[in-house]
Amino acid sequence: MGYFLQQLINGVTLGMIYGLVAIGYTMVYGILGMINFAHGEIYMIGAFISILGFILVGLAGITAVPLALIIVLTATMIFTAAYGWSVERVAYRPLRQAPRLAPLISAIGMSIFLQNYVQLSQGAQVKTLPPFIEGGVVLLRDADFAVRISYVQLLIWLLTLVLMAGFAWIIGRTALGRAQRACAEDRVMASLVGINVDRTISLTFVLGAALAAVAGTMVTLYYGVVDFFIGFLAGIKAFTAAVLGGIGSLPGAMLGGLILGLVEAFWSAYFTTEYKDVAAFTILVLVLIFRPTGLLGRPEVEKV
Amino acid sequence: MLSLAHVHVYHGPIHALRGVDLSVEMGEIVTLIGANGAGKSTLLMSICGAPRAGRGRVLWDGEDITDLPSFEIIRRGIAQVPEGRRIFSRMSVLENLLVGATPLEDGQREEDLQRVFALFPTLKDRQHQRGGTLSGGEQQMLAIGRALMGRPRLLLLDEPSLGLAPRLVQRIFEIIEAINREQNVTVFLVEQNAYHALRLAHRGYVMANGRIVLAGESKALLANREVRAAYLEGGV
Ligand SMILES: Nc1ncnc2c1ncn2[C@@H]1O[C@H](COP(=O)(O)OP(=O)(O)OP(=O)(O)O)[C@@H](O)[C@H]1O
Ligand SMILES: [Mg+2]
Repeated sequence: MGYFLQQLINGVTLGMIYGLVAIGYTMVYGILGMINFAHGEIYMIGAFISILGFILVGLAGITAVPLALIIVLTATMIFTAAYGWSVERVAYRPLRQAPRLAPLISAIGMSIFLQNYVQLSQGAQVKTLPPFIEGGVVLLRDADFAVRISYVQLLIWLLTLVLMAGFAWIIGRTALGRAQRACAEDRVMASLVGINVDRTISLTFVLGAALAAVAGTMVTLYYGVVDFFIGFLAGIKAFTAAVLGGIGSLPGAMLGGLILGLVEAFWSAYFTTEYKDVAAFTILVLVLIFRPTGLLGRPEVEKV
Repeated sequence: MLSLAHVHVYHGPIHALRGVDLSVEMGEIVTLIGANGAGKSTLLMSICGAPRAGRGRVLWDGEDITDLPSFEIIRRGIAQVPEGRRIFSRMSVLENLLVGATPLEDGQREEDLQRVFALFPTLKDRQHQRGGTLSGGEQQMLAIGRALMGRPRLLLLDEPSLGLAPRLVQRIFEIIEAINREQNVTVFLVEQNAYHALRLAHRGYVMANGRIVLAGESKALLANREVRAAYLEGGV
């Protein structure tokens, strides 16, 4: 029982990180009808920037944890968002009128470029961060097993919930959110009511990248290690989460992320850690075969 | 106020407009009639840059808007009620209207919303319903209301009567007339329903195969033998 609860806590934490990245996939798909294959790399870049940020903040002698955290998070979001924006400008906007395959290929190219760029500029070894936030609380003791939630986990939960609420508000209640939904439905008509479609698409990439940046920062804090290859795996898992939840659906992305995180946590806890990545791929294949619209997605009518 | 000079538009290889000249003056209702495939919708959309004129110029208020992006054109006071209405079906009625107010400053919306609700009371009753669940007539009202939300000085309407019951057609035409007279909005109207359109409009243009083939006062067009033969008799 205690062991089970612990896995639940770990799984939810992991799931929230996947969910945040998955939102970036689902939003871009919603507005462009295309998968942003460079999004996993954006997340990886976010993780790198955050590790750099923590190091710099340490060098600057800022020791108060909340202050350091706010500085690093803000800076990471801003810089990562700039990368997200650039991906759209370079890989997508010039190909707006081109056949659908063209931007997909350019996004994959962008993804490979970013991976190599980080590898060259940061070196190929794993980057590590000494534990920044330590400790936690013991929730309950079951026989000789203590169920524990660490402060980092609590932070991840809190931050995710706040971001989700903020996001639901942006999409549901603001002019930007309405513009995004209008563009998702009918881009030409959106421009005919005066919406700057290009700007709206740019902002969508920026928002998605900012969320990925937060996820990257969380991973840095949670595991303390980052390498230039994490974008690929996390990208595929978050993409799986988005598809599982129903691509195009924001609550779906979060739900899919949570399910995936839980599956992975329980898989490694009760079977073997060796094949935990296979679980994600298996889910992706099964969903694509049996329920391509995902759990919360609506049936596609016009888009491929 | 609006003028097109030698406008050519291509849909890929299709040469849809072949040198169109026309003008709409402030306060007028002008109609454009013509057979299916003549290029009427293309003309109306190309005023808003979607698609853009491949050759020729579009002038609005003395400014050359030919190469402006669509949203910039809309922000200069032109609104479009496109063919097929194209309301945002997954958004609520209210949200459709709010999106229509994109060209405005934030503080100006409430007043316009009340004005549109006064014009179309059904929209007020259904403001929280999804656009896609409205009936055809209600969707048409929503499309017109959405266009009015941006406080346009020129309203472009593409076949607003299409698919509506005769009583509703009558009502839509009355509303267009009221918008023109009371809110001082210039109207450029594309219609299949040539008889109604010419009765409503001050002037009209007749289009065939991507060219303007006839132009004149509505009364003159209504009396014109060719127009009667092609668009009025049997087609009313
Ligand atoms: N998106 C498009 N792609 C290719 N060809 C198009 C497109 N839109 C219109 N056309 C072609 O351009 C020509 C003019 O079409 P348009 O829709 O402007 O005619 P219309 O006068 O509005 O007809 P209707 O009365 O049926 O609405 C037609 O030959 C049509 O097939
Ligand atoms: Mg038409």
